[in-house]
Amino acid sequence: MALEVGGKTVETDEEGYLENRDEWNMDIANAIAVAENLEMSDSHWEVVNFLREYYEEYQIAPAVRVLTKAIGKKLGKDKGNSKYLYELFPYGPAKQACKIAGLPKPTGCV
Amino acid sequence: MSETKKFLYVNRKAPYGTIYALEALEVVLIGAAFEQDVSLAFLDDGVYQITKGQDTKDLGMKNFSPTYKALGDYDVNKIYVEQESLDARGLTLDDLLPLTWEDEDDDWAEKDSIKVISATEMAKIMEQSDVVFSF
Repeated sequence: MALEVGGKTVETDEEGYLENRDEWNMDIANAIAVAENLEMSDSHWEVVNFLREYYEEYQIAPAVRVLTKAIGKKLGKDKGNSKYLYELFPYGPAKQACKIAGLPKPTGCV
Repeated sequence: MSETKKFLYVNRKAPYGTIYALEALEVVLIGAAFEQDVSLAFLDDGVYQITKGQDTKDLGMKNFSPTYKALGDYDVNKIYVEQESLDARGLTLDDLLPLTWEDEDDDWAEKDSIKVISATEMAKIMEQSDVVFSF
């Protein structure tokens, strides 16, 4: 599969995850979000940026349980719960936010 | 909820050259979602998996050693390393990644996950486990 962003073609796998995460930029993130019927707000970006930092440090995309706990620690308990995260990313915070962040599907997501 | 079993993942091989180390790590991370009692053991060349300063540039493989530091986030915080295996390779605890976990019930205090134990103690850990996966 492929995604057209600003006249450029970006390769994705059959589920829409970027093939090459180095190609990622904010325009691509927005394009993936549009395809997922999401409008990116500051709250969305907060989670997406968090995931990118996590990947940078640990070389994996965290499972949703780990993400929830880590967000709670970093951004506050009111955000570190599945209700808040599912409201932002209805199709699963780990899966959907990772896709927008240009990361592979989370390890531990079956 | 079924009863919790004690899982032990035994790592005996060097990190690169075979796929065992990476596969074991992925199985551990995926298995952690099932909320079992998980421990890891590193012995023989397996101790190299968690050494500091790994550089895989010339190997053309991803350096996945940073991922071991995420184990604490996955509530995997019992990591046993065999003293004899370290000794035989001229390694000490200082050569290993500082693997830690944060205790949510203790104001997120950072605690060490690694315990260096003797071969005799390791045998006991294996004996006490319900399920042993060997990689």
